[in-house]
Amino acid sequence: MLTLTCPCCGISAEETELAPGGEAHLKRFGPGSSDDEFESYLFARKNPKGVHFERWRHAYGCGKWFLAARDTVTLEVFGTYKAQTPYPTPEIVAAIQAKRPDWKPDWHQPSVNTTTTPAESLTE
Amino acid sequence: MSETGPFRLPRGGRLIDRAYQLPFRFDGRQLRGLQGDTIASALLASGQLMMGRSFKYHRPRGPIASGAEEPNAILGLGQSGRFEPNQRATTTPLVGGMVTNSQNCWPSLNVDVGAVNNLLYRFLPAGFYYKTFIHPRPAWKHLFEPIIRRSAGLGKAPTEADPDTYEQAYDHADLVVVGGGVAGLSAALEAGREGKSVIVLEQTPVFGGRAAVDHADGQARIDALLADLRALPNVTMRRSTMATGLYDHGYLLAREAIADHDPNAGLPRQRLWRIRAGHVVVATGALERPLSFAGNDVPGVMLASAVRDFIVDYGVAPGRSILVVTNNDDAYRTALAALDAGLTVPAVIDARPSATGALPEAVRARGVRVLTGSAIAGVRGGHAVEDVKICSHAGSGDVQEIIPADCVAMSGGWSPVVHLWSHCGGKLNWHDDRAMFAPDLARPPTGHDGRAMATPVGAAAGDLLVGAADEQPLLPVWVMPVNATRKMKFKMWLDFQNDVKVSDVELAAQEGYHSVEHTKRYTTLGMATDQGKVSNINGLAILSKALNQPIPQTGTTTFRPPYTPLTLGTIAAEARGELFQPLRKTPMHNWAEARGAHWEPVGHWRRAYCYLQGAETPHDAVAREIRAVRASVGTLDASTLGKIIVKGPDAGKFLDMMYTGMMSTLPVGKCRYGLICNENGFLNDDGVAARLSEDTWLVHTTTGGADRMHAHMEDWLQCEWWDWKVYTANVTEQWAQVAVVGPKARVLLERLGGMDLSAEALPFMQWAEGEIAGIPARVFRISFSGELSFEVAVPANRGLELWEKLHEAGKDLNVTPYGTEAMHVMRAEKGFIMIGDETDGTVIPQDLGMSWAISKKKTDYIGKRAQERSFMASPDRWKLVGLESVDGRMLPDGVYAVAEGTNANGQRNVQGRVTSTYVSPTLNKPIAMGLVKHGPDRMGEVLEFPVAGAETYKARIVDPVFYDKEGSRANG
Ligand SMILES: [Zn+2]
Repeated sequence: MLTLTCPCCGISAEETELAPGGEAHLKRFGPGSSDDEFESYLFARKNPKGVHFERWRHAYGCGKWFLAARDTVTLEVFGTYKAQTPYPTPEIVAAIQAKRPDWKPDWHQPSVNTTTTPAESLTE
Repeated sequence: MSETGPFRLPRGGRLIDRAYQLPFRFDGRQLRGLQGDTIASALLASGQLMMGRSFKYHRPRGPIASGAEEPNAILGLGQSGRFEPNQRATTTPLVGGMVTNSQNCWPSLNVDVGAVNNLLYRFLPAGFYYKTFIHPRPAWKHLFEPIIRRSAGLGKAPTEADPDTYEQAYDHADLVVVGGGVAGLSAALEAGREGKSVIVLEQTPVFGGRAAVDHADGQARIDALLADLRALPNVTMRRSTMATGLYDHGYLLAREAIADHDPNAGLPRQRLWRIRAGHVVVATGALERPLSFAGNDVPGVMLASAVRDFIVDYGVAPGRSILVVTNNDDAYRTALAALDAGLTVPAVIDARPSATGALPEAVRARGVRVLTGSAIAGVRGGHAVEDVKICSHAGSGDVQEIIPADCVAMSGGWSPVVHLWSHCGGKLNWHDDRAMFAPDLARPPTGHDGRAMATPVGAAAGDLLVGAADEQPLLPVWVMPVNATRKMKFKMWLDFQNDVKVSDVELAAQEGYHSVEHTKRYTTLGMATDQGKVSNINGLAILSKALNQPIPQTGTTTFRPPYTPLTLGTIAAEARGELFQPLRKTPMHNWAEARGAHWEPVGHWRRAYCYLQGAETPHDAVAREIRAVRASVGTLDASTLGKIIVKGPDAGKFLDMMYTGMMSTLPVGKCRYGLICNENGFLNDDGVAARLSEDTWLVHTTTGGADRMHAHMEDWLQCEWWDWKVYTANVTEQWAQVAVVGPKARVLLERLGGMDLSAEALPFMQWAEGEIAGIPARVFRISFSGELSFEVAVPANRGLELWEKLHEAGKDLNVTPYGTEAMHVMRAEKGFIMIGDETDGTVIPQDLGMSWAISKKKTDYIGKRAQERSFMASPDRWKLVGLESVDGRMLPDGVYAVAEGTNANGQRNVQGRVTSTYVSPTLNKPIAMGLVKHGPDRMGEVLEFPVAGAETYKARIVDPVFYDKEGSRANG
């Protein structure tokens, strides 16, 4: 029975108010992707023992999705942040590293200028 | 002799009130106890030592404990709906008029046929069940099973509904202290004085823990603490409240007994507290361990602490002559308590080479023999202790002396109650010198901030010598005597309820069970109703010894909540009957209720399955409704259909991603049927979307799919395409919707007036807005029955008005309300699929011949990539066909069509299954749909559907559209 603070409405919410949504920051692979890419997007999950980024929805509250950085072993919550970000924010990374100095991000964030959202890459 | 029995002491009993006698029944016998008694103390007082039989061997069992850990005195309480099995006599307060019964014995407690198992003990060793399930088979079937079946299951579940009420409550506090003994009360006082909000939870009806029984100044200390605490308004004290589990982030569950077993109190029986604690103090004390000596399960052998509890708390003598056997100083308190009560203590048997602490000296000073370096070699007695054989602890059991006694008070040392600490990840350390697991403060359960969320204090922290610093160390004793023979180990019980003995654990180790978790399951050690509270440490030590490795290397089993069982009543609380789930009702619900609606649950809604007239059966009603619709006109309450508004500059682009088909090109004023898949490619929902304006669509979903589809859309909008300008709103309950269906549908609606509903003004698959009978309405020309059909949506508060006007105006047309089953049959007659019937989470649109509903032009939609996977494109997938019964029998739902050959398990291969099956009143024959391998290419072929206990069904593969293949009727 976790408590997580919804970054949208600011409420410290009981787990009963929340709906889980699995691993955060998955990159969607659609038509044109390889079988490996698609399999990894749809089925492969990190399931780490330690720092984990998760999707949660404040289902019985404001209805908004948000993301949480959490330790799956100690249940420590490093922070919650808006779902509208392709990577954990610098603030969240700093909050994790303050508590877990050895932890390092395992993603390679493109520079801001070249970031394209899936929306823009869609042909209409 | 007291009026409440021969074993009630003339004086003493700090918890009982001798002025109030309470009558109760045990196994049909009328007995009397006192206000303040537990059932166990009342039974003991009356001379009823034997309170049950063990599970496997049906051995006679008396209580060994005085608290929640009791494995033996497990009774059935109450009658009929209030009957409760497996209740601990030691923790259940006696209530006047109580009806109690022993369990696990037949025909009676004293004469038990199942005790024959006891004679078979050599054949029922550890792992008995696993071994005999495998071989020899005949032995299982003819010898063991008949015996075990009759004696299987501890207690019996009640067969009637529980008439009591239960409730749940929520609370928050800076600090929750679990355990109202001196350690807990002290912690509460300290925090209370700091201004923190504090809740103290005490499992028994009295605060104070063991202090008043164990220490001369105990009661005074408790009284002082309670007086100070009462003066603090920020401290809440709850008695009779068992904290059963500690979960993530300080979430604590506790069960408060309010009017347990007292149906006349007019109160909820129990209350479940859901408490969010800023921090938890675990002041749960410790539990005493039995000693493993031969005959330690004979009734009258009890934990030393229990013996003195019965004497001091309840004024009850567990025996007249109490032999104490111990490996520590604490048990000497029992000798003193017995002597103070005027009972005899023939000797104290102490395994330690010497005993020179203050307590042993005090006992010696009272003239009691203290035999150090000694042990018990055996206990004689069937239903009660008769005498005890004494031997040297260092030896192998050579009897040195036989001492008559009717009670043995044993103490193998104490184990801190670390359950709450461990429930949420707190770790333990083994302390060899003190023979116990205690919390490791460096590895606590952590909260949201990564810091400890619990702190153990007092005995629970391993501080077992509170207020008695002059106690001498214990001697770890796991088998008594040290070199006990194999024969003696057959009589040394570890788990008293499940009949697991030292010999069983040693056998398990010998057979290769080296993990404590495996040994537990193999032997059933610790799997009794006390969940190992009495047996786990002793069993663990025996296993470690057998494996010749230290105890911490063997490990400890996982502590899981609840600490003691929770009643299902508290878990359900008010969520019973009508309050189990909130019921959703359409505006026409009451109308339908008054006109014979035969309800079926659909999601949280109730929908009319059919409307029963007079004495007709549902089957007849459905047939009548269908005929009326196809012949003239009927109305269906379609209000439950999901209605989601999708609006914004990017709404069309978004819907093209949601649906397999193209929605962005739908002209304003038109409707289009669409399919929604999940990212795995499987069908999720279907329905008709209507374009309301340039930037607004109204999406219809299935009844059960409304909330799910709305959430699905929001997920993609918020988490993937968050820069798309789209707004969604689930307006399902804002509209009442009536499907007016049948050849006379237009005639009927025109009588209400207000809109031009002619084929020219409102062609098929279009919608129009206006007024019907003066009610603002949207009318959709869509059809799920194949008939001329108008779905009329009006504001929810006008729904009943519209419905009633339709029925008033259509009397001469025989306008007929029809239910969901008529709808289902009519759609099947037309070969329309139903989400949940033709689909089951493994079906893609292509399987259903619905490639026409998949846009070839779109580069992407949810599920498109998944449907490109090789096995999704395989020609061998089962595909939708119609099935026509060859012999006129209706096919059973869900049955499989067999193919040639068998699979690896020797089962027939299969090649298809029935997904929908009905008797069509329109065609007057059974019809069915199914998914069949290569189905559409095999028209006319006959499939076989074998069904157990019936003649094999046969059906011909046909076109799934059974009725009006050219689709002319929908055009009216
Ligand atoms: Zn929120």
